Amino acid sequence: MDLSAINPILLIAAMIAAATPILLAAIGELVVERAGVLNLGVEGMMITGAVCGFIIAVNTGSPTVGFVAAAIGGAVLSLLFAFLTQVALANQVASGLALTLFGLGLSSLMGQSYVGIKPPRAEATPLGPPADIPVIGPIIFGHDLMVYLGLGIVAGTWAVLKFTRMGLVLRAVGENHDAAHALGYKVKRIRTLAILFGGACAGLGGAYISLIRVPQWTEGMTAGVGWIALALVVFASWKPWRVLLGAYLFGGITQLQLNLQGAGVAIPVEYLAMSPYIVTIIVLVILSADKARAPGSLGRTFHASG
Amino acid sequence: MKFTTLMASAALALGLAGGAYADGHEKTKVGFVYVGPVGDGGWTYEHDQGRLAVEEEFGDAVETVFVENVAEGPDSERVMTQMALDGADLIFTTSFGYMDPTNNVAAKFPDVKFEHATGYKRLHPNVSTYSARFYEGRAIQGHIAGKMTKTNTIGYIGSFPIPEVIRGINSAYIHAKKVNPDVEFKIIWVYTWFDPAKEADAAKTLIDQGADVVLQHTDSTAPQAAAQEAGGVVTFGQASDMGQYAPFPRVSSIIDDWAPYYIARTRAVMDGTWESKDTWDGIGAGMVGIGDISDAVPADVKEEALAMKAALADGSYHAFTGPLNKQDGSPFLAEGETADDGTLAGMNFYVEGIEGDIPQ
Repeated sequence: MDLSAINPILLIAAMIAAATPILLAAIGELVVERAGVLNLGVEGMMITGAVCGFIIAVNTGSPTVGFVAAAIGGAVLSLLFAFLTQVALANQVASGLALTLFGLGLSSLMGQSYVGIKPPRAEATPLGPPADIPVIGPIIFGHDLMVYLGLGIVAGTWAVLKFTRMGLVLRAVGENHDAAHALGYKVKRIRTLAILFGGACAGLGGAYISLIRVPQWTEGMTAGVGWIALALVVFASWKPWRVLLGAYLFGGITQLQLNLQGAGVAIPVEYLAMSPYIVTIIVLVILSADKARAPGSLGRTFHASG
Repeated sequence: MKFTTLMASAALALGLAGGAYADGHEKTKVGFVYVGPVGDGGWTYEHDQGRLAVEEEFGDAVETVFVENVAEGPDSERVMTQMALDGADLIFTTSFGYMDPTNNVAAKFPDVKFEHATGYKRLHPNVSTYSARFYEGRAIQGHIAGKMTKTNTIGYIGSFPIPEVIRGINSAYIHAKKVNPDVEFKIIWVYTWFDPAKEADAAKTLIDQGADVVLQHTDSTAPQAAAQEAGGVVTFGQASDMGQYAPFPRVSSIIDDWAPYYIARTRAVMDGTWESKDTWDGIGAGMVGIGDISDAVPADVKEEALAMKAALADGSYHAFTGPLNKQDGSPFLAEGETADDGTLAGMNFYVEGIEGDIPQ
């Protein structure tokens, strides 16, 4: 065993990078669920975002344009879900699962000729000189812009949901869509916008994997991150900061267990491999011991009858 | 459409499977079950190349079908059953975890031939197993890795702790140690065959911990990309050439060439000469290919590697030649003794010098 091989600064930096895709997808899904819609298509939207972002980044040479395209790609796919569930009034669970299957298939079709190509690199440290400060430099300032954008979206989501009229309306629609409708709010329009936001965030998360974390295109490369993001929203009791905590915890322990394995720590590998899931669940379950509960109308189809 | 379906079911019901299809009335249908996507650039990609070679060889006489991304376990049993019901005559199941499902389904369809890759269970007369001696390729990788590492730290991304993977680790270690006594292996188990993000993370972790050579036993090219980004880190293509990362970081590769085997077995089904057997071929038979050793490897090392390849191919050298001890110091092979296939097939121990425990 040689713990000195683990560099804590690199470990924390790696943790933040590992958490970002989950964080982006989860915060988008949080908004969707707070509006009362259960979209199980996160995985499908992520992988679609990953391939859209990759294709556009390769063709334009600009990772930034790639990320914008990823957000649009994810949002367009989620529009299909919005159509199915808000207009055609289809079952949300079935539509979401279908969206995941469709997204996986569509992305591998779109990515056929992009296997093995290297994408343009995003600027590693856009904040410049502060990244060279010892210790806190690599941890706080040494990331790509998407990491800060992810944090910004979490903070923004929290502020909007808690302090603004828009957030209040969104929550009202999620808690009781009949009451919100009676008050004159456009339930379907609000939900569709929330779904689009969720799709865009999932697309960004997917593109983070294909453009920064891996970086390459391979079929099925999100490999279940979308499902983890979905679970995280529930365990985080639909609260933005807990989503952030959960994502960092999950990303951190994933990295830590790899580092411990590399250092040859004498803990059975099976326990290390399952530790991210277990620790994240335990911590979030303990946190959710307060009276947090799911939005009242979550997963229910709304039809403006009568 | 309906009529042909009816005919096919009637033929099946009459037990006319196997050789009877060869009389020209019916196409031979060959099914493939893949663990990853055909576009993984590694393991599954090469199996699919084998499938395409079968189509090319027999043209209209065969029909091939495949299902990709099939999870190991009960899901695969469902997929195989469906293939057999759809009239497949021969089914290749291409991952270790399909072993029990393959045998279960084979019991239900005695007229369908099953070929399971990298397994060892042949519980029914209609099940064959086949694998390649990848460890021969690992020996060459180990040699190059031992010569090229400057930090004397070699990272190894393991998938699952099964004999197949452990053999590869041992073979690489033995040959790295032989040319570089100070070499040390860092092994990370990722418990997946295919998860680019996890593989990239594992590669980055190994590199952060000082490895300047990363060997992988997982299927995607993500570790190659991670090594390229880190710079100065040597990698090897796994299962497929991964030539898009040549000449550096990818300096060589192990290439699985399943095409000759798939063609031979399909022909055997057509001729009615198919019988259950275990095939384990290496560099000599062409099932294991060594990808071009790039110019990033010093010329003398390249020469030694090619000499080893030739010796492995003609059988004058065995990758597991004594004297070797097991990790706990107990003797494994005496001076000049070579490991027998039974020991290799069930290998569940590290050789002396590797640190850490194999997950049980």
